[in-house]
Amino acid sequence: MTLLAQAQHFVRPPEWTWFIVPYFFLAGLAGGCYVIATLLRLWGDRGDEPAARLGFYAAFLAFLPCPVLLTLDLTQPLRFWHMLWNTTPGAAGPNFKSWSPMSVGSWVLVVFGLFVTVSFLEVLVRDRGGRSLRLLDGAFGRVWNAVGAVLGLFVAGYTGVLLAVSNQPVWSDTWALGGLFLASGLAGSAALLTLLVRYRPAARASGGMLELSERLWSLLELALLVVFVLTLVPDGTLDDAFGFPWILLWLVAFAGLLPGLGRLVSARLAVTSEGAVVAQPAAASAVVPWVVLLGVLALRAAVILSAQL
Amino acid sequence: MAEIVPGQAYGFFTDTSVCIGCKACEVACKQWNMLEGHEPVFGDGYDNTGALNDQNWRYVQFIDNVPDETMGTGQGKAWLMMSDVCKHCQHASCMDVCPTGAIIRTEFDTVFIQPDVCNGCRDCISACPYGVIGVDEQKHVAQKCTLCYDRLQGGMEPACAKACPTQSIQFGPLDELHARADQRLADLHAQGVAEANLYGRDQAVYGGLNAFFLLMDKPEAYRLPNQANAVRPGRNNAGGYLTGLVTAVLGVLGGLIALRRRGQPPAQEQPADTEAVGP
Repeated sequence: MTLLAQAQHFVRPPEWTWFIVPYFFLAGLAGGCYVIATLLRLWGDRGDEPAARLGFYAAFLAFLPCPVLLTLDLTQPLRFWHMLWNTTPGAAGPNFKSWSPMSVGSWVLVVFGLFVTVSFLEVLVRDRGGRSLRLLDGAFGRVWNAVGAVLGLFVAGYTGVLLAVSNQPVWSDTWALGGLFLASGLAGSAALLTLLVRYRPAARASGGMLELSERLWSLLELALLVVFVLTLVPDGTLDDAFGFPWILLWLVAFAGLLPGLGRLVSARLAVTSEGAVVAQPAAASAVVPWVVLLGVLALRAAVILSAQL
Repeated sequence: MAEIVPGQAYGFFTDTSVCIGCKACEVACKQWNMLEGHEPVFGDGYDNTGALNDQNWRYVQFIDNVPDETMGTGQGKAWLMMSDVCKHCQHASCMDVCPTGAIIRTEFDTVFIQPDVCNGCRDCISACPYGVIGVDEQKHVAQKCTLCYDRLQGGMEPACAKACPTQSIQFGPLDELHARADQRLADLHAQGVAEANLYGRDQAVYGGLNAFFLLMDKPEAYRLPNQANAVRPGRNNAGGYLTGLVTAVLGVLGGLIALRRRGQPPAQEQPADTEAVGP
């Protein structure tokens, strides 16, 4: 970050809009759900397996539209594979530029897609009583999930780095977007799974973990939001990011943080006689997860659109 | 014009002190490159081109620099005029981010977007600090000045330089242009034109520009980032990924804490045995 009274931006907007906002949203959820599912499976108890399976299902379903949205956003959609293969005459071959987040992200999306799909098929087979995926039993299966979770963390957060690696106002004036999107994606995924466990009674055993993790990730998101604001101050682009009408989206994004933060602050965490902190069941309303998810979407829309429109 | 040789660095030296705003460069560029152009933009000045983009690869800026007070003879200032163009940066931001490899450096050391490789992701547009690149509505690929790559390959100088009646746009080998620019700057300074300065002549801005300028005011007056603001998009790579990594570690830690410190589920909500089987 350069300490300037006012950063000079003479760039044109790339017009990443109506396909990219939902892509960023779904990528955050796909990555986040896979991470949560892996946490539940590898570090939870046996009762967490149904929720873990729900997480793998949700990751797959959230991931499915992602390549479609990205392809449709290209002005030459049929050349989507040029992201992976350089067709320059005389220099044809695989394309990988470690310094270009879009290039790295393209490869990671392909590999993550493989992990998400295999994990989806695995839980589908298991839920149907099958045992055809013995390869994923035991250590190999745990490693598979762990690697997939690392990829999921990347997919949920790299979109913020992609924006920052530009010369656009707001985006390039901060280095916090990668972390912000990741924290937001995790919180949103926890909210999504909290919503979904309502429809899978066997998975409700993990409700406490999902709610508590959402609170902690909301706190992390709030901290990164503060960092985001602070990094915009030296370059004088706060007005661009938070001016009207974007402030309305920011209000929705902030409202999405309130349920988690509110429950954290309102001392719903009670110390038991054993010294353990118990997450009290949240209000029965299904509205809360929707508010959180709307906030996740609004955050991305505010960041993406405010720098361009 | 000497023979144009592949392997040598070529570029433009645009001397804004002699630009008369005739727009012959814009016309020649559009004619040679078969650019249809956009609808004219009519504002409160003489500029009806608007901006550099997919159709305007040369753009004569008319910058209102008329002072409020009356000036004496020989001190008059009216308009700053500059034929703007892609700078063909040595450290090209567009090349940095392009994920497809469509943007290449040619044998003439210029920056060229291969139309048959570009897939229209528009990452280059987000990165170009000069707002040069746009997407063509017919071809659906990113476009900008090619420094008349096809003409260079045929041994001809670029159309804009050929058409410029005042030699404001000069084309040639980069070292020759540097020498000419240095001499012109020295002449102007000797004549008392202290505000004259060279932009992109040295490596201070994006490692040096193959299309560099003699300006009659500060760079920002021409909508050019000054040295402090001439930053590359990759500057945020390390910070962005590091923040993501720290967040990932804290996020996983948060998840583990939530797993350990959650409350016990109500007895009636214990999962069925059939589903509680791990992998």
